[in-house]
Amino acid sequence: MSMRLAAQGCLAANDWICGEYLRSRGQELTDATVEHIWITVASVLIGLAVAFPLALFARAKPAFAGAVLGLTTLLYTIPSLAMFSLLLPVFGLSSALVVTGLVLYSLTILVRNILAGLEAVPAEAREAARGMGYGPGRLLWEVELPLALPAVMAGLRIATVSTVALTTVGALVGKGGLGNLIDDGVQTTFKAQVLTASVLCVVLAVVADLLLLAVQRLLTPWARPPRRQSSGKARRGDRIRTARGGPVEDATRRADAEMAEGVA
Amino acid sequence: MGVLADAWTWLTTGSNWDGESGAWHRLGEHVYVSGVALLLACAIALPIALWLGHLGKGGALAVNVSNAGRAIPVFAVLALFMLTPLRTAGYAPTIIALVLFAVPPLLTNAYVGMREVDRAVLEAARGMGMSGWQLFFRVELPLAYPLLMTGLRSAAVQVVATATIASMVGQGGLGRIITAGFNTYNTPQVVAGALLAAGLALLVEGALVVADRLCNPLRKPVASRRKESGRVTAAA
Repeated sequence: MSMRLAAQGCLAANDWICGEYLRSRGQELTDATVEHIWITVASVLIGLAVAFPLALFARAKPAFAGAVLGLTTLLYTIPSLAMFSLLLPVFGLSSALVVTGLVLYSLTILVRNILAGLEAVPAEAREAARGMGYGPGRLLWEVELPLALPAVMAGLRIATVSTVALTTVGALVGKGGLGNLIDDGVQTTFKAQVLTASVLCVVLAVVADLLLLAVQRLLTPWARPPRRQSSGKARRGDRIRTARGGPVEDATRRADAEMAEGVA
Repeated sequence: MGVLADAWTWLTTGSNWDGESGAWHRLGEHVYVSGVALLLACAIALPIALWLGHLGKGGALAVNVSNAGRAIPVFAVLALFMLTPLRTAGYAPTIIALVLFAVPPLLTNAYVGMREVDRAVLEAARGMGMSGWQLFFRVELPLAYPLLMTGLRSAAVQVVATATIASMVGQGGLGRIITAGFNTYNTPQVVAGALLAAGLALLVEGALVVADRLCNPLRKPVASRRKESGRVTAAA
């Protein structure tokens, strides 16, 4: 009985951490989380579907590469609140508005990283494949994309993590997943709700990042660190591996550094 | 197109620019909080990043800070601040949040810039008898400059963007024009506010690109610059 009183007390006292909140609003939290996840997943998948042709186009026509990169960077500069507002006349108060805005943001990172990954494919690998009679399609699919995969996945991880965070701003039009709960919590000064939803957002971002890392490991078995035998040998093996994976990893890292920014 | 015309009408109506909730006041607030936050963030991040970069230590910190900066929603941080006693401290919640999100790009880019300085150049400079300070000011800093400016640009854009979100928790800035428009179902005003915020962000980005060109310590004749720009495009 006293436990129960104490538990209800934390809602009444508006504590930051409150078990009773989790119990009584579990459904609300689940619904918001599910909305958050599907908005993020839809945005990143559509972003990827748009970014690939754009990157291939930019690579095939270097004259347009500057324009494509410039345009996507320009989009990245626009504040998210302004982006969502500018889309309002087109989409109204809908989740399509939020997804479209998030797609536009993800393009910057994805196009850049896909392009960087493709450009870092060693010319010898390409030559060898051509010499073996690979056509352009097969060359792209079986040689270039696998070699570009680490850079592409790095971009995908950055895009996904920032999209999870940015989805909250969708609360502006009532479609922000956990952002809706944060918005509601601020207006009613409901501490437990704001803190719980915020923590869940960060957890979602971390989980998504780890999942994508696991996918990357599965897709690129050749890039896995070699099993260590003795420490001296393993270290030398590591160095050889980085040297071999040099250009791609280097490009990824630099692209990372350049994209070490988030839209707000 | 009708909405754009209405938004234009909103922007060209003088009364929308006057007073406490007018566009001039909102713009002033926006520039003020952004400027203060960017200066504070530079004062915090650059000494740390340049020092760590010079020593070659703390790489994990530089990377993790920027990863964390991406994963944490700006809106959540602002919301949390508004539920603390900070709420009554004027622009403080916004400024602190802006500083928190401006530090990662500054820190990471400055650090990477310092670390990417060619080892051979450093060896040569040491061989010439340069001291640590000389090495830092005359070799590392000029060579790290491009990434340093990239960091500054990202941070500035981030700060201007974050300052608009502050309106969602009731703080000042251009975002207030947008949220006020939402509250009164005034779509032209929403679009007008968005145009102002986007315009400011693009203006800041453009100004920094120009400043970058003018201040670059490595302004070189065309021939060698072409080589360098080739390197940059290959990397980006």
